[in-house]
Amino acid sequence: MAKIMFVNRNAPHGTIYAWEGLEVVLIFGAYENELSAVYMDDAVFSLKKGQDTTALGIKGFLQTLPVLEDYGCEKIYVDKESMEKRGLKTDDFAIPVEVVDSAGIGKIMEEQDVILPF
Amino acid sequence: MKIGVMIQEGPYNHEASDTAYKFIEAAMAKGHAIQGVFLYDDAVTNVAKHMEPPQDDRHIARRWSELGAKGVDIVVCVAAAKRRGMKPELIVDNTRISGLGQLSEICTEAERVVTFGD
Amino acid sequence: MLHIVNKSPYMKSSLESCIRVAQKNDPILLIEDAVLGLAAGGGAESIVQGALKDHPVYALSADISARGLAGNLTSGVKVIDYADFVDLVEQHKPMTWL
Repeated sequence: MAKIMFVNRNAPHGTIYAWEGLEVVLIFGAYENELSAVYMDDAVFSLKKGQDTTALGIKGFLQTLPVLEDYGCEKIYVDKESMEKRGLKTDDFAIPVEVVDSAGIGKIMEEQDVILPF
Repeated sequence: MKIGVMIQEGPYNHEASDTAYKFIEAAMAKGHAIQGVFLYDDAVTNVAKHMEPPQDDRHIARRWSELGAKGVDIVVCVAAAKRRGMKPELIVDNTRISGLGQLSEICTEAERVVTFGD
Repeated sequence: MLHIVNKSPYMKSSLESCIRVAQKNDPILLIEDAVLGLAAGGGAESIVQGALKDHPVYALSADISARGLAGNLTSGVKVIDYADFVDLVEQHKPMTWL
């Protein structure tokens, strides 16, 4: 068993990294690993309420985000500085998250066996 | 030491595939075992069989195929491959298409997992 | 933990995010376009010098040479080859800041 953390830094929709990063979590959930995810830099927008991708014809995040926990990704952290810099607040997010400061994010990363960036 | 590698970018557009290759070459020269090379996102096109770069340029698909012939497990993500029209008959020898579960196994088995992308 | 950064600090904030989060004494390795931040006299030199206060900073020789920067590097950065890169990964779990 490994402690695996997904570090999301890319914005949603403009590139596919955020989405293909989510697909990894859904598959990893079938294996016995300890999963967690961090959203920092522009990736904090992936968690935002009210995203409507209908006009883009791209699959949105809002149906998938709430099931992350069911797939074994129980801890979802948001980098406080990234969030504040982009004018977002905790209640802007579509799912419950734990907002952590820079030092806290660094400490959580240090505890992992593997970090996969998306 | 067992080292796993994930690549997230396709050939030529980005340096990711080149850096990953040089890193793996150096790791093998030092006697490390490569647990697997997982090609995700656009990286699935690194092993496109019909790739024909100019003769004075490096042949990225051939390079990965030669590494595969040396026993390195080069895995093309099936979900990412399907999105991009890559099929088993379109990839070079000594590489294979499989699921994201393989990446999960690399993360569990390897002592280090290094990501190359953009 | 080894922090690998591949982005030019002139184009993206990856290096700054990395420095903000990295624990003291964690090594930082600059590869690919990240080496552009090493040019002496450049606007990003202060970011690299800031990083050097708390971290050893390494940079890939092949990427520096490819960009014609070998003779003009900010001080204090250790220039390494791919074999040294492997040694850093052996010594530390890696995180890549793309």
